[in-house]
Amino acid sequence: MTKRLSLTLGSVLFNWPVKQWVDFYARIADEAPVDRVCLGEVVCSKRKPFVDDVTLEVVDRLERGGKEVVYATLALPTGKREIRDIGDMIQAGYQIEANDIATVHLLNGKAHSVGPFINIYNEDTLALHLKLGATRICLPPELPLESIRALAKGNEAVEVFAFGRPPLALSARCYSARSKGTAKDACQFVCEADRDGMNVETLDGVPFLAVNGTQTLGFVVTAAVRQVEALREAGVVSLRLSPQTCDMVRVASIFRDLADGSTTPEEAGESLSVLHLPGPLSDGFLRGVPGCTVAEVD
Amino acid sequence: MTTPLELVCPAGTPAGLRTAVDAGAHSVYCGFRDETNARNFPGLNFDRAEMREAAAYAHAHGAKIAIALNTFMRAGSTDLWKRGVDDAVAAGADALILADVGLVDYARKAHPKQRLHLSVQAAAATPEAIAFYRDRFGIARVVLPRVLTVEEVSRLTAHAAPCETEVFVFGGLCVMAEGRCMLSSYATGKSPNMTGVCSPPSHVTYREDRDALVACVGGFTIERFERGEPAGYPTLCKGRFVADGTMSHLFEDPVSLNAVTLLPRLAEIGVTAFKIEGRQRGRAYISTVVRAFRKVIDAMAAGKKIDLDELRGLTEGQRDTVGAYKKTWR
Repeated sequence: MTKRLSLTLGSVLFNWPVKQWVDFYARIADEAPVDRVCLGEVVCSKRKPFVDDVTLEVVDRLERGGKEVVYATLALPTGKREIRDIGDMIQAGYQIEANDIATVHLLNGKAHSVGPFINIYNEDTLALHLKLGATRICLPPELPLESIRALAKGNEAVEVFAFGRPPLALSARCYSARSKGTAKDACQFVCEADRDGMNVETLDGVPFLAVNGTQTLGFVVTAAVRQVEALREAGVVSLRLSPQTCDMVRVASIFRDLADGSTTPEEAGESLSVLHLPGPLSDGFLRGVPGCTVAEVD
Repeated sequence: MTTPLELVCPAGTPAGLRTAVDAGAHSVYCGFRDETNARNFPGLNFDRAEMREAAAYAHAHGAKIAIALNTFMRAGSTDLWKRGVDDAVAAGADALILADVGLVDYARKAHPKQRLHLSVQAAAATPEAIAFYRDRFGIARVVLPRVLTVEEVSRLTAHAAPCETEVFVFGGLCVMAEGRCMLSSYATGKSPNMTGVCSPPSHVTYREDRDALVACVGGFTIERFERGEPAGYPTLCKGRFVADGTMSHLFEDPVSLNAVTLLPRLAEIGVTAFKIEGRQRGRAYISTVVRAFRKVIDAMAAGKKIDLDELRGLTEGQRDTVGAYKKTWR
């Protein structure tokens, strides 16, 4: 009997209106075959107050739906208040997903998860994080399968970014605001207009990247459909699905079927590609080629 | 101010190192000729013998040498980086500049007395992140990211003690959080973290288009220079893009950092070392920039007025900026 791969829903990275955010998690709680759900603002602390107001309600709903809930922290905390908020969440006893080394420091050995924004590229660094209390580690999305094989063996802790626009960079500067000619402090939450990120094209009009406030993502949508079996064999215990505005319940079902062997990678790829995705499917990073490379279709 | 200020200068080649030392660098930084350092360009860097000679040259002239092993170890091949650490120590490095916490841990255990600096590629930008490296691994100095304001540098420097802080004062800018950027990996398959290169020349192509020179990285057209316009290197985050129907330098204007006017303020808040970026730069450039900065630092130490005009023309035709230190985009 092969080991069951679990599914984790990553935090919503985009600035969705609160109502959409709450409805999204309600549907996930009721219908999505995911085991773990990460929530919490990861990208911009200015967005945090909106979701903080409804977080308890959403956590409760998810837990009643049988999901393990993890509170994900900011990927690039800078201010005193941002750090204090992280400390408060740790104190409150939430299960934490650390997305920055400052959070790992604050956790001080307490059991936690590590999100895809912490640089873990090799077995030594991974072992060190396990020693520091990490029990689940989502690897950076640029790692190829070859590295994942060396990392996932024998620790039952490794998660791989399997669906969603790949997060590529973080900045102190807000590009959503900059593109509208406003400063970050007076941003008026213009990022809310682009719920899968603002598409960025080259000078030839070729779609290239997506901007989400201070974060830059790929234009493509990661879909590790062909690699699921290889990832399981490598010892990976969980696949991360990163929310986009498409039907994420359907996405979760497709990956569940794929992980259970009840659908083929070809069928799964086909089912995903008919959803309303913001870009073409890609598995470039996993294959060790440029991350923008679009997945081949049979 | 009791601690003398330190001018930290780039050395891409053995000749470049001698140039920097001769021009007045208090310390130089360099790397081995492989993917263990973040400037893994053909024609740059030092083999083992060159590194030993470089250290000897620096020491003979009263300068220090820091060896950068500031990429992230590849899974299954960590020996290459560890051997780099051992060889750097053996070569006589005064400090190692490291980014990967796994390698920091190795260096600390294998060489308990070796001075370790935290690379900007580790992007430690909070007191807590700095404390993590200082308290657990005895990091002696942290190179701060280039996205902080003077006020933030001040707060971090106060919290970091006894760990020293080093800040970039001249040269290229990264607008993304350093060491956490995969744009190059996305477009070309080669990244700063994994291969030690960003927007590598091997993946850059140019073509003529009417009266303009068009630059592509990984096949993506990111810059267009009209005839007569200075053509800078096409780094992905400094390219021109179209978003929401508007073409712009979406991430960062092609500007270069020059924080010389802020040196007195940075010294006052307790920053120990000023870093000049540019291991890929030519010797003439290094010589001019290092001399000019050394003069300013000496003048400051002597309590003399500093002449800033000399440093204005140094950015090779690019516009310069004090960068995030005086943030206009908050």
